[in-house]
Amino acid sequence: MLKLFQTLNTQALIKATIAAIAVVILVLAGSRNLQNFDAALIAYLLGTVFAVFGIAYRYSVWLQRPPTRLYWRRSWQFLLSKDFPSYAWRSLVLFFKNILFQRFIYPRGKTRWIGHFLLATGCLIAFAVTIPLTFGWVHFTLEQGSFSTYNANFFGFKAGTFELGSPIAFLTFHALVWCSVLVTIGAVMMMKRRLTNGGLIATQTFEGDWLPLILLIAISITGLGISYDYTFLQGRTHQFMSVTHAVTVILFLVWIPFGKFFHIFQRLAQLGANIYKVEGERRGMAVCPHTLEPFASHTHVEDLKNISRDLGFDFRLENGKNHLDFSPEGKRSALAKAHFEARKNSGKFFG
Amino acid sequence: MPNTKYNQQMEFFIDMQRCIGCHACEMACAECETNGQESMIHIHYVDRAVSVQTTVQVCMHCEDPVCANVCPADAITKDDFGVVHTANTSRCIGCSNCVLACPFGVPIKSEPQELMMKCNMCYDRTSAGKKPMCATVCPSQALYYGTREEISKMRPDSVPVNTFQFGEQEVKTKVNIMMPKGSTHLKVH
Ligand code: SF4
Ligand code: SF4
Repeated sequence: MLKLFQTLNTQALIKATIAAIAVVILVLAGSRNLQNFDAALIAYLLGTVFAVFGIAYRYSVWLQRPPTRLYWRRSWQFLLSKDFPSYAWRSLVLFFKNILFQRFIYPRGKTRWIGHFLLATGCLIAFAVTIPLTFGWVHFTLEQGSFSTYNANFFGFKAGTFELGSPIAFLTFHALVWCSVLVTIGAVMMMKRRLTNGGLIATQTFEGDWLPLILLIAISITGLGISYDYTFLQGRTHQFMSVTHAVTVILFLVWIPFGKFFHIFQRLAQLGANIYKVEGERRGMAVCPHTLEPFASHTHVEDLKNISRDLGFDFRLENGKNHLDFSPEGKRSALAKAHFEARKNSGKFFG
Repeated sequence: MPNTKYNQQMEFFIDMQRCIGCHACEMACAECETNGQESMIHIHYVDRAVSVQTTVQVCMHCEDPVCANVCPADAITKDDFGVVHTANTSRCIGCSNCVLACPFGVPIKSEPQELMMKCNMCYDRTSAGKKPMCATVCPSQALYYGTREEISKMRPDSVPVNTFQFGEQEVKTKVNIMMPKGSTHLKVH
């Protein structure tokens, strides 16, 4: 316990606390002082607040690492520069392409992409539905004087109307059912890969790779159980279904900051890395002294010299140059040449 | 990593002067399942204008891997056996920091996949007590995987070295390079 306090990161703690308090304030504001808050969801709310705290804490610790800090700083610097419109547009396009559609997974394998896309889409829609409900931002009321017209209210303001029994009502009230189906199919596809791919079998771990999939399936199945119960069993097993579902969801929420699901938040850095690359290329390329070809942006090479120095690596050479001025091929050739010289000087190339 | 039969007596020894540029290791590397059937080994002419010398480079599995240090996404990890694993696919953001900072020029960025990939010593094989693919096919034993005793019998005039000097920086690795007897390190620059 003492160690825990010693290793506690004050800066991260402050940011995480602010983030958690901000959520509570937004809950109070969005639910009109808890007027529209559904008390049955209190456990989910607590789980979400904890998740926000944990995610903010880990994110903040993560951003303190020199390479991450640099990308963070540079991304904002380039995004908020005079080229804001073009970088903002590029980020938006990439957000759809790489975050919502995870396009970069497609070249890694078609079924892999389908599996991940189903799983991710199910999760993202489920977040979009449940978080506003849990926070009391969205709630449904019957239109005054009507028994069949429903109002959807957002932050206490009427945002839409639909008829009970209409297709929209069916889709809305079953949104999480569709999500569960997507997630289950996706998770099963990902599990199949993990059972059959030799490379994955050799490197995967239970808590890192299997547990997240098991947890997602558990959430989906118990969630479907709730629907099954009120549709076909007249709510006879409601308590059991809702408790098991709540347990799995809360486990998931609490675990987001620690486990594999944190990659959902890390992935956003890919947008920054992309802007960094484009802006770097515009500013000029570094040319390898060995291959005489441009290989990376000058900014990137210089930034890496600084980062690696911050991390305790000093690749400065006697002639004032730096080993990092060489391209990967240049570095390999430099090593091969040095090896050749050493062998030559010994008088024997082999043996 | 689970269920491992990794044999810590076995080590990797490379000797680029023995490389004849046959590309057999490149073909074999693509058989490794941990890199999704893509070849990760580097073979190329050192300076084609003046020499026909080729060189071969696998990941050296550094003791303090620069690649992992400069990775903003914590995607590269070193395991208990000293194997530095290729990027964790869910974390890597494809920034190429590792590609540019690795002193041996090892990692490869796959642009369409926005992912870094590199040699992880055929972990599917080495964790099962087998040899890495490249070392099993290299006809000139520029790449050799075995025990220290075996290599010292085969190369009585050479000694395995795992310390490299790049300017101010010393880098120690798990993979050895075969050097003339009496050498303690290889000074690259
Ligand atoms: S050789 Fe390069 S890629 Fe391999 S562990 Fe060392 S720094 Fe990382
Ligand atoms: S390319 Fe991937 S593994 Fe390499 S430094 Fe960037 S995030 Fe890390």
